[in-house]
Amino acid sequence: MTPTDAENNFVDFSNVWLAYNEEFLAKKQFAVEAIDLQVRQGEFIAIVGPSGCGKSTFMKLATGLKMPSIGKILIDGQPVTGPLKISGMAFQSPSLLPWRTTLDNVLLPLEIVEPYRSNFKAKRKEYEERALKLLESVGLGGYGDKFPWQLSGGMQQRASICRALVHEPKMLLLDEPFGALDAFTREELWCILRDLWAVQKFNVILVTHDLRESVFLADTVYVMSKSPGRFVVKKEINLPRPRDLEVTYTKEFSDIVHELRGHIGAIRQTTAVAA
Amino acid sequence: MNNKQLQFWAPWVLLVFTIALWQLICTVFSVSEFIFPSPLRIATQTWEFKEVILGHAWRTYWVTMAGFGIAIVVGVLLGFVVGSSRLAYAAVYPLMTAFNALPKAAFVPILVVWFGIGIGPAILTAFLISFFPIMVNIATGLATLEPELEDVLRVLGAKRWDVLVKVGLPRSMPYFYGSLKVAITLAFVGTTVSEMTAANEGIGYLLISAGSAMQMGLAFSGLVVVGAMAMVMYELFSYIEKNTTQWAHRSSNNE
Repeated sequence: MTPTDAENNFVDFSNVWLAYNEEFLAKKQFAVEAIDLQVRQGEFIAIVGPSGCGKSTFMKLATGLKMPSIGKILIDGQPVTGPLKISGMAFQSPSLLPWRTTLDNVLLPLEIVEPYRSNFKAKRKEYEERALKLLESVGLGGYGDKFPWQLSGGMQQRASICRALVHEPKMLLLDEPFGALDAFTREELWCILRDLWAVQKFNVILVTHDLRESVFLADTVYVMSKSPGRFVVKKEINLPRPRDLEVTYTKEFSDIVHELRGHIGAIRQTTAVAA
Repeated sequence: MNNKQLQFWAPWVLLVFTIALWQLICTVFSVSEFIFPSPLRIATQTWEFKEVILGHAWRTYWVTMAGFGIAIVVGVLLGFVVGSSRLAYAAVYPLMTAFNALPKAAFVPILVVWFGIGIGPAILTAFLISFFPIMVNIATGLATLEPELEDVLRVLGAKRWDVLVKVGLPRSMPYFYGSLKVAITLAFVGTTVSEMTAANEGIGYLLISAGSAMQMGLAFSGLVVVGAMAMVMYELFSYIEKNTTQWAHRSSNNE
């Protein structure tokens, strides 16, 4: 790899294997295997696959919550040695803290991550304004002083995305963030995420089982297989940006979805035969 | 009268009804005041001895609060340690359960040997009987933390301490206030039981001396007073609980 390549790659997995504990490692039972992944600065990637294929494990590796058993992970040129402060994460459940208002929930990362942490008290006003602006941009203007349990599921998820972004992370990790929402709310949130990304150009790793979602949002879609968890297909999505929801009804779009669907089907069959 | 008002008045109505029934039975069957005093008798005796009762009640009250205060401090600290470390949980919990199974009244004679007759045994009995629910609840609140909530902070590089302070403790607050309601009533039990054998003051002492003097009305007054104090404190903590941890008590009406 040439030095310029290394500079361009924001996320770099080289031959990463993970077994959950020593026992599994000895038996060579890996949750994910032989992961090679290079992500450019500002690239939006999506990982799709059947449930239980190790998508969440991959996320734990990317956030530094888990260390690989074999292989090396570089993020932003630095080897990953623990949880990354440059990333923000949102999960399938909004996991907002019910005793904090929506605004205070969004402010939470600033109370944890440096350099905000040390001047949080002094600059609280400024940070509050930033959080409110962010909430406004996802359509939650005026809901800052509401408690999460006073919001609908979709609104909670928006707040959760704001929380993942408030400390301006270089990388946003989304673990099936729209999985529990109804179809209309989901499409609405796709557009919100698309717009946030278009403005701030952070890196996104989106884990999902919704193929339309992955094709609509991502630059590159990776298909993961189940036990062993491996990346089996890499598909560049060359649909022009900015993408409108209308694009999801075009033939090009459904062709790509179809193709990916075919890969997933193939994976399922082979595992069924193997089993 | 709507449903809510009905619920508010229901306990008072029941109380009045019970007293009336009690009075009726005592009057109709002319039950001896030395065996089972009527509410009227208890009321007149309470008024007659109001200064004595008030003195004893005050003593029981502050002794209980002292024991209860120690119980909060010790219960919270122990609960914090036990709930935040798996090892401490495994080590401490079985011993604490065994300790809790001991009747606390049995400690009173021992405490008398150590501290003499007076406030010492009473405060400590109140403490011993009431710290356990506080400890258990804090520990449970911390130990049952959802891993998702923890991950939210851990991906940001939060330390264990951050997770405990930002998520663990606030989340255990409803458990804590819930336990205070249980613990305060237990603390009154502890104080009263201890005063019955190891004090020359307090409601427990009043009960024993009134009983031995066949002053049944006065003995019942003592019971009423200690019950009322425990009830008021219970309601106080219930009120604090509702107003500080509203998020845990939401119902579908106020959403």
